[in-house]
Amino acid sequence: MAEERSGASILIECLVREGVEFVFGYPGGAVLPIYDELFADTRVRHILVRHEAGAAHAAEGYARSTGKPGVVLVTSGPGATNAVTGIADAFMDSIPMVVITGQVPTALIGTDAFQEADTVGITRHCTKHNYLVKDPTQLRATIEEAFRIATTGRPGPVVIDIPKDVQIALASWDDQDTAPLPSSRYAPPVEGEADEISQAVEMLAAAERPIFYTGGGVINSGPEASALLRRLQDLTGAPVTSTLMGLGAFPSDHPDWLGMLGMHGTYEANMAMNRCDLMVCIGARFDDRVTGRLDAFSPDSKKIHIDIDRSSINKTVPVDLAILGDCTHVLRQLTAAWGVRRPRDLGEWKARIAGWRACECLAYPPSSTEIMPQKAIERLFALTRDRRPIISTEVGQHQMWAAQYFGFSDPNRWLTSGGLGTMGYGLPAAIGAQLGNPQALVIDIAGEASIQMNIQELGTASQYRLPVKIFILNNEYMGMVRQWQELTYESRYSNSYSDSLPDFVKLAEAYGWKGIRIENEADLDAGILAMIEHDGPVVVDCLVSKEANCFPMIPSGAAHTDMLLYGDLVSGTMDDEAKALV
Amino acid sequence: MLIKEAESQRHVLAITVDNEAGILAKIAGLFTARGYNIDSLTVADITENHAVSRITIVTNGPPEVIDQIHAQLDRLVPVHKVVDLTEEGPHVERELALVKVAGTGEKRVEALRLADIFRARPVDTTTESFIFEITGTPEKVDSFVGLMRELGLVEVGRTGIVGMMRGAQGA
Repeated sequence: MAEERSGASILIECLVREGVEFVFGYPGGAVLPIYDELFADTRVRHILVRHEAGAAHAAEGYARSTGKPGVVLVTSGPGATNAVTGIADAFMDSIPMVVITGQVPTALIGTDAFQEADTVGITRHCTKHNYLVKDPTQLRATIEEAFRIATTGRPGPVVIDIPKDVQIALASWDDQDTAPLPSSRYAPPVEGEADEISQAVEMLAAAERPIFYTGGGVINSGPEASALLRRLQDLTGAPVTSTLMGLGAFPSDHPDWLGMLGMHGTYEANMAMNRCDLMVCIGARFDDRVTGRLDAFSPDSKKIHIDIDRSSINKTVPVDLAILGDCTHVLRQLTAAWGVRRPRDLGEWKARIAGWRACECLAYPPSSTEIMPQKAIERLFALTRDRRPIISTEVGQHQMWAAQYFGFSDPNRWLTSGGLGTMGYGLPAAIGAQLGNPQALVIDIAGEASIQMNIQELGTASQYRLPVKIFILNNEYMGMVRQWQELTYESRYSNSYSDSLPDFVKLAEAYGWKGIRIENEADLDAGILAMIEHDGPVVVDCLVSKEANCFPMIPSGAAHTDMLLYGDLVSGTMDDEAKALV
Repeated sequence: MLIKEAESQRHVLAITVDNEAGILAKIAGLFTARGYNIDSLTVADITENHAVSRITIVTNGPPEVIDQIHAQLDRLVPVHKVVDLTEEGPHVERELALVKVAGTGEKRVEALRLADIFRARPVDTTTESFIFEITGTPEKVDSFVGLMRELGLVEVGRTGIVGMMRGAQGA
C-alpha cells in the first residue's frame, strides 16, 4: 500500500533496505529531521563521533574490514567540509562509502545562508559521483543508484546532499515495492575478454622471470580474489609482491612472498620488479610511491595490467596487455585458462631472488639503550598473530614499519590511508572496524603526532564500549618529515619536533581508557600482553628511538635499483629535480 | 630546474551526457583538476525531452594524455559516450561567428565584398556598421576575422566548434 512519507523517513527506509547496520554521524541544524527519524528506529544504529572527519574515517575502517559500504551522516556547511578529507581519502583508496549531507532549504541555496556550503561543488572531484536531491520523489532512485555506484566497479565515495525542506516534504512510499529501480547508465566491466585471458596465460607460461604485483583492487574485489590469487600463484610459481593497499591478499609467510614494493618496500621486491621479464599487475595502479623514477621502472619487462578502471590503464606506465575487469572474475578466468599446464622451472629466477633476499634489507641496528621501533612492531606481531588482529595505522614512519614488520595473511585485516596519506585516519578507522568485527582484536598502530589529529575519537570508543587498542610509537618527532629533512635538507628539522606532548597515559585515563607506558625493551612484551589482555580500550605509549629511520628507502627521483639501506652513507642533500618530487 | 612540455596534438571530442545539474562543471573541472587543456567547448541539449546533451570539446595534448582524457571522461557516471572524432577518422567541424565591422566609404564596400566571398551574411546593418554571420571551419573563420581586422573590426563572438563523423553511421 502506498502511503505518504517524509523525505527523512524514506531515507531511513532506503538505508534499511540497503542492509546498513551503522551510520557514522554528527547532528546539526540541516539534518535534524533525519535525526528525528533515527530517534526511535532500532534498525539502523547511529554511532556518534566527536568530529565529522572521524565519521568518514570510521566509515572507511568499517568498509575496509567488512567489505560493506560505510555510511556517513553529517550536517550542512562545516559538517560536510569536515568530512571532505575522509571522502577524498576514500576516493583515493577506492573505499565504498555513501555520505548523506544535510543542506539548507532549497529556497535558501545560493544566499549564503547559515551553515551553507556548496557541498556538491566542493566534493565534485573527490567523489565517484554526487547528488543534490531537490525532490523527495527522487530520493529512493538516488539512494539505490548511490549504493550501486559506491559498491560496484571500482568502489568509491558517493555524496547525497539533501536540503532540509526535502527531508520534511512528503512523497509516496510503498513498503511492498522492493524491486530495485532499473538503471542503465552505470555498467562497470566484470569479465575479462577471452582472447586477452588466453594471451595473458601464454605470456605467463612463457615467462622466465615473472612477478605478480598486486594491489588494493584484489582486496576490494572480495576475499575470493585473494584465494584465487593464491591459487594462480600456486599454478604458476611466480613470486608475489604487493602495494601498501594490497597487503594481506597473499600470505606473508609464503616462501614466494617478496614483501611490499616501492619507496619503503623490500630490496628483493624492488629488484625483482626491475629485473623481471613479465610483470602481472593485478588491481594496482603504478602509483609514484611504487614506481620510483618512471624511465627506469622495470625497463625490460612485458607488462599485463588487470584493472576494473579503464583510466588506470596506461596512466603513467604503458602496458603490453590490458585486461579490464573485476579481479575475482579475471583471476578465475586466468586459473581456468591455465588448466593443467605445469609451472615452468623458475629455479634460476628464484635463485637470483634468494640472492637479493640475502642482503636482509629489513635488518636494523640494535640498541641497548632505546627500544627500536622496528623491534616494537616485531614483538607486537609475534604476540598478537594468533588472534589474527585487524591493524589500522596513521600515516608516517610507524605506518611503513607496520607494513614492513607486521605480517598479514588475510585480506581485510589491514586498514591504512595509502593514496591520500591522511594523518588521523587510524583511530576512527579502528573504531569502525571494531564495530564491524566485534570479536576481533583491533589495534591502531600510531605515531605520537598523527594520533593527535583525531584524538577526540577516544570518546567515541568509550561511549560504545569498543575495546580498540592504540599502540603509539612515540619518537617525539613527525618521524617521516624529520627523516626527509635529515636526508634532503641537511638535518634542518624545521617544525618537525612534537613539542608539548600530552601525557598519553593520563589522557587515556581521562577518557576512561587504560593507559600503559613502555619505556624499556625489557618491558615491551609485558606491556603488549597487558594491552591485549585488558578487556577494554587501551592506549600504549611506547617510547622508541627518537631518530631511527625507515629503511629500505628509494629516495625521490631514484630508480628501484638505487635503494638506501641501513648503513648506507647519505649526503643529506638532493638536487632540485629530486626535491620537487613529493 | 626546467619544467618540460610534451608535444601536443589537437583532438575533437564529442561527449553525450545526461543533462543534469553540474555536469558541465564536472567535465570542465575534470580538465582543470588534471591539467588538461580546453581550446573550445560547446554544449546544448539534443533530445526532445531535454534529457541528453552533447558536448564538443577541442583539446590538445600528447597522445597518452588524450587517451587519459578519454578514459577519465568515460568513467563519469552521467557520461554516456565519448567519441574522439580526430581518432575515428573523417569528420566535419563547423563553427559559427558573429563579426561586427564599422566603417564608411571604400572600406565598407570592401567588407561587404569579402563577406560575399566567404558567404558571410549581414544579419544587422546600419549606415556605418555590419554584423556578419559566418559559418565554417575554425580556419575559415580565422581568415575572415583577420581580413576584417583591416576594415574596422569592432567585436567578434565565436561559438566554438561542433563536429560530426562523415558517412551514414552515427557516432
